[in-house]
Amino acid sequence: MPRLAARLLREGSFYGAVVVLVTFAAFPFYWMLLTTFKSDGDLYNLKSNPYWFNAAPTLEHIRYLFEETLFVQWVWNTALIGLCVVAITLLVALPAGYSLARMPGRSAENLGIGIFLTYLVPPTLLFLPLSRVVTEFGLQDSLWSLVVVYPTFTIPFCTWLFMGFFKSVPREIEEAAIVDGCTIMGAFVKTVLPLSVPGILTVVIFAFTLTMQEFVYALTFISSSDEKPLTLGVATDLIRGDIFYWGELMGAALIASVPVAIAYNLFLDRFISGITGGAVR
Amino acid sequence: MTAIAEFTPRPRYRFLLDRAELLGPLFIAPAILYVLVLVALPFFLAIYYSISAFTIFDPSYRFVGAKNFFDVIQSEVFRRTLINTFIFTIGAQIIGLLLGKFAAMLLMQDFPGRGLARALVVLPWAVPVSLATLAWQWMFDSLYSVINWTLIAIGLVNAEHPPQWLGQQDLAMIAVTVVHAWRLFPFGVVIFIAGFTSVPKDVLDAATVDGAGFWRRNYQIILPIIAPIVVIALIFGTVFTFTDLSVVYLLTKGGPINATQVLGSLAFQVGILSGDVAHGAVICLFLFPFLLIAVVFMLRALRRREI
Repeated sequence: MPRLAARLLREGSFYGAVVVLVTFAAFPFYWMLLTTFKSDGDLYNLKSNPYWFNAAPTLEHIRYLFEETLFVQWVWNTALIGLCVVAITLLVALPAGYSLARMPGRSAENLGIGIFLTYLVPPTLLFLPLSRVVTEFGLQDSLWSLVVVYPTFTIPFCTWLFMGFFKSVPREIEEAAIVDGCTIMGAFVKTVLPLSVPGILTVVIFAFTLTMQEFVYALTFISSSDEKPLTLGVATDLIRGDIFYWGELMGAALIASVPVAIAYNLFLDRFISGITGGAVR
Repeated sequence: MTAIAEFTPRPRYRFLLDRAELLGPLFIAPAILYVLVLVALPFFLAIYYSISAFTIFDPSYRFVGAKNFFDVIQSEVFRRTLINTFIFTIGAQIIGLLLGKFAAMLLMQDFPGRGLARALVVLPWAVPVSLATLAWQWMFDSLYSVINWTLIAIGLVNAEHPPQWLGQQDLAMIAVTVVHAWRLFPFGVVIFIAGFTSVPKDVLDAATVDGAGFWRRNYQIILPIIAPIVVIALIFGTVFTFTDLSVVYLLTKGGPINATQVLGSLAFQVGILSGDVAHGAVICLFLFPFLLIAVVFMLRALRRREI
């Protein structure tokens, strides 16, 4: 009997710890979900239990969000910015990563580490001068300023990821193609690229989620409501003066979070391998 | 042999596409150019602003030397801000690291629902920080805070005077630190799990056979092996927290009375909202020595990982 009690205690405390941990991590998201579908009367009532519905759930906040705010416009802006940034990133980082992976000697390694380190340069250091640069280009208050600036953090990170991928593609495959009459360029396009489709897909996902998560540059460069990306629009435009539209705010946050959360969970291992400089494979 | 090679007919451009010593630099040039134009150039521009009297109202360049730096150092608010930034960073790293290690050890066990638990624990780090911070702002609401409701319900707090999480100086500090730690710890979890799984099983078995217990295995075998990646993760975490501006901006706007002001939010306030680009640039540049230290440590960690 004491053995059984000890086992129950051990299992109980284990699951207890897991539950506490998961609650701490995920409660704000549960809170978003609940707030989104609660009616205003239920939300702003100190008497009722906030953890569950005390009145019938409502779609009113979602309707308001889609019909009476610029939410749909922000989603489009984010998608447009994301696609453009991904395109620029691929165009620049793909050859750079390949070149770094195949360049002989120590200089390539050092160059790679140098590019990787620029990922450590935070937006907070650069937003002031960049806001002046953006103005000089005539891009102030336009989402195109973000398309130009976001690659500064996606290119270093993605070049580094690509370098890792290409190093794992055996050189013999290209050499065989070259012997068969391909140019170096041809060998790259015909043999290496098809083999790196999983890597390219990972980079696309990460470049996109990194642009979706950015906030500082958007906050600094853009003030017109209809040019804002999703994260900025939700955080700044759904608050009128001192009045917070919590149902709409939480609904928007929830809708924007779900795709990013899924993408992250799917590609987590790759991301970790990239961010630790390939120490974990 | 060479004579035969010369007879093969080739289109002219092929010559260009076939020279590694030409293609290599050509492939990497756009990346370097992008980084130089939009990272290095703005950085020097920041230095240029910091020694001028540049504001958005008077964008003429006038050299003032180190005056702006003295102005900033002498300001009470700036000193408070600098201390705050360190408190948030160190506090969040310690909580995040301990919680991350603990959570990783739990989630390494095999139990039903582990996959779901892992996916949920990763959430705070995955979703856009500005949106997650909004949820916390709502949870810390002055009137309808769920945290206060719970504390009142279990009788820990007087319903007449519930704590104002974002309105009282000390509580606002705690709130910001907790949100930073909350956002950071899943990163720690993922790093620790990745590290643990990369430790060779036979090494652990050998240690167990030699009589190493749980603590000994943990701190004398596993920790030294995973140390390099933990250091890399710690540097990233530190840099991200130290330079963060969105959490503070959205939760407290630096208030109440600059109690939670950090370098990023102060620079934003001075440089963008007040338009005093010169002083804002100075505040930003105070991040730089710190980043330099981070870079040095990062280089050492990256080199160690190869051994």
